[in-house]
Amino acid sequence: MAVVDQPAPSADAPAEDVLTASGLTGETLTLRVLKGLPGGEQAEVAYQVPVVSGMVILDAVHYVQHNLDTDLACRWNCKAAKCGSCSAEVNGHPVLMCKTRVDDLPAGPVTVHPLKSFPLIKDLVTDVSRNYEVNREIPPFTAAPDDGTPWRIPQQDIDRLYEFRKCIECFLCQDVCHILRTHEYADRFYGPRFFVRVASLEMHPKDVLDRRDQVRDQGGLGYCNITKCCTEVCPEHIHITDNAIIPLKERVADVHWDPVRFVGRRLFGRKGD
Amino acid sequence: MAASPEPYDTIECDVLVVGAGGAGMRAAIAAAEGGCSVTVVTKSLLGKAHTVMAEGGIAAGMGNLDAEDSWEVHFADTMLGGQLVNNWRMVELYAHEVIDRVLELERWGGIFDRTEDGLIMQRAFGAHSWRRLAHVGDRTGLELIRTCQDRMVHTPGVDVCMEYTLTALLKSGDRVCGAFGYNRNTGRFVAFKAGAVVLASGGWGRMFRYTSNSWECSGDGAAMAYQAGADLLDMEFMQFHPTGMIWPPGARGILVTEAVRGEGGLLFNAEGSRFMLDYDPVKKELSSRDVVARSIYKEVQAGRGTPHGGAYLDVRHLGADYVKRKLPSMYEQFHALASIDITSQPMEVGPTIHYTMGGIRVDAETAATTVPGLYAAGEAAGGLHGANRLGGNSLGDILVFGRRAGVAAAEFAKTGGAIRAIDEAQIATEQADLLEPLAGHAGGSTSSENPYKLHEDLQLAMQDDAGIGRSEDSLQRALAAILDLRERSAHMRVSGGRVLNPGWHTCRDVTNMLVISEAIVRGANERRESRGSQWRFDHLEQEVEFGKVNFVTRRADDGMRVVSVPLDPLPDRLRPLLQRSRFYDAAKLPKGYMTDTAPAGDTTGKTN
Repeated sequence: MAVVDQPAPSADAPAEDVLTASGLTGETLTLRVLKGLPGGEQAEVAYQVPVVSGMVILDAVHYVQHNLDTDLACRWNCKAAKCGSCSAEVNGHPVLMCKTRVDDLPAGPVTVHPLKSFPLIKDLVTDVSRNYEVNREIPPFTAAPDDGTPWRIPQQDIDRLYEFRKCIECFLCQDVCHILRTHEYADRFYGPRFFVRVASLEMHPKDVLDRRDQVRDQGGLGYCNITKCCTEVCPEHIHITDNAIIPLKERVADVHWDPVRFVGRRLFGRKGD
Repeated sequence: MAASPEPYDTIECDVLVVGAGGAGMRAAIAAAEGGCSVTVVTKSLLGKAHTVMAEGGIAAGMGNLDAEDSWEVHFADTMLGGQLVNNWRMVELYAHEVIDRVLELERWGGIFDRTEDGLIMQRAFGAHSWRRLAHVGDRTGLELIRTCQDRMVHTPGVDVCMEYTLTALLKSGDRVCGAFGYNRNTGRFVAFKAGAVVLASGGWGRMFRYTSNSWECSGDGAAMAYQAGADLLDMEFMQFHPTGMIWPPGARGILVTEAVRGEGGLLFNAEGSRFMLDYDPVKKELSSRDVVARSIYKEVQAGRGTPHGGAYLDVRHLGADYVKRKLPSMYEQFHALASIDITSQPMEVGPTIHYTMGGIRVDAETAATTVPGLYAAGEAAGGLHGANRLGGNSLGDILVFGRRAGVAAAEFAKTGGAIRAIDEAQIATEQADLLEPLAGHAGGSTSSENPYKLHEDLQLAMQDDAGIGRSEDSLQRALAAILDLRERSAHMRVSGGRVLNPGWHTCRDVTNMLVISEAIVRGANERRESRGSQWRFDHLEQEVEFGKVNFVTRRADDGMRVVSVPLDPLPDRLRPLLQRSRFYDAAKLPKGYMTDTAPAGDTTGKTN
């Protein structure tokens, strides 16, 4: 992989932005961003970025865009860790750039690479459309016919769902999951984000569908060997493995390996057969 | 440009929805249910729109906790909060229908915190008479967008084009018949032919330095509508949210939800004084946003600001467990970005540009703009919130009027005749405009401008001279800066090609933001009074005459025109409802038609 050095801003560069001027630390960060297009060679380009108090990696990327390289592509939206757009691999770890503080990283150059599990579009931007296709495959929330009365739901049920509904679809869990990262099973494995999605539907007290066969057969739930990599990278601290995947595996096991149900199915056929 | 256009892709649909936040998705669902094919175009990935940033909740007069609440009280609070320059019919429809929209969201799988009886929980919020905001923790916007997203992608007839930018509305005669733009990831041009277009493109805060808005909030929709001849309404009303983060520098402007105060958070100045007791002894920290924002500003100006120039927002007395349960994302946000544990340390906060009350002028019932075939809903549209929006009224707005826009656009598309032919000359001109910044330094241009630098200069001008406090002098300075930047913007040049080139994308953003900034400044200049979010240092009082008009911005042959139009006074059947607000005070009614003692037929404030 080639490394191209990008010259530091010259002395007659435009005056510092008033915002950064108020918090400059005097330090300089070397940001090594993997740039490139599909089919071409990707190369790390090194940029020198003046460090500001409390700076996050996305601030540094913005500095580069504004001052050094207007063509550097990255995704971002809210810059407050609420939309899950600015996912990247910083020093090899999948993170949200807007939430990764420069002063939390070891001294020295910082590498910023695109998510490795998804096809490259340009620089730090990857094609995550597969995730949206998977979401379409999962039958949506379906309630019993409306009887017109207000729903009464205990708060405890909401608390359980709330953890899953916190997901901001940053797809870091999809990126780090080795089943998807090696690409071998990408077409028959929904991935952690969508096990969370299915869990949130299956555990909703008002949902009436049964998605257990689908999550086993099309979703490839069985491929997950609960290494918890997904849980470790989740910026929303969702206990993906413990609270979504393992309970889903138990529910699937219930329907397929429960001996009483097994006999029942043999005698009476399966639901929906 | 006489040249024929470069080849472009064409996508046809009955209804084109611009924007995929709550309003766009609710409009798409409604239009598809109305039997139309729908294409939703979004600049970002699906589910990332600014709706996710809404934290506090959806205001709806359900009365699950406070039986005294009702749509009527909600109506009264919203009108009084908006200083009575709201479109009262929009407020009436809104207060009525938002209750159904919340229940509908729940039926679509959205979750809400519950009361002890298992009903939808409601929380207190600024200037709402009763506990009214349906919410789930402090992530209600995310819940709304995810629920609408899942509903929409499973609604037959809806297609989504992610990461496309639209740059111009296409017209056939006086009617809108589509839109033109490009795929951000490939740079390829595309024309959308449609029977009707819904602009659900959100607000615009990016022309200000300190804002809670994302990069997307550049006002493309309103700028396109203006260029296509649509009226814009009350553009001077920009909301400063009182509590944005102010430190560290990179986090400045990021929103600190009003739910912090709704759950009992208190504001203190650097001397430890709870200053809101002085500014609004009745509503205190839960006064309307304009009042709280100005109060913090005044405390800082008086030398009582915190080290980084704001106020302290304190939730320590609520207890760590409660804070983490009810305000989890605020806990996380301060922990990650500012190294502050809000359960043991106060937050430093200050005003941040947050919301646009003004917007595209629409018909209350149908969300139709003044251009046939063009509809607008949500933050892009104006009128509902008047001079100041109450917290919790934006998530309701997008659902109520998103749906109404979708229904009306579908009806228009089905009955409005065949989709008209595209004007190739318009497309050729648009393409040439868009490609100019990539054309190198040819064409006699002697200097090239970095679009990001122009953007930064615009932000400084707007922040300093058209921000929370304004005067004739400052607004003239802002206008001069905008006009200067417009000249410089003709020389914007960027390197690289058309494949996902953010510098190139920023060029059109800057062009649009200059249009919108000019409208804000011209409107603010015309409104020679202080009302709601508009605070004029040289006109500190509310004036009766300005309480009887809205300001309309429209495109004329020789540039931008701002005219005042008489607003429709609250009809007699609705006037008594105002007294249902807990904050109604006959002696302190907003000045305007309700306080006017002049005889009927008075023409003060009519169009000029």
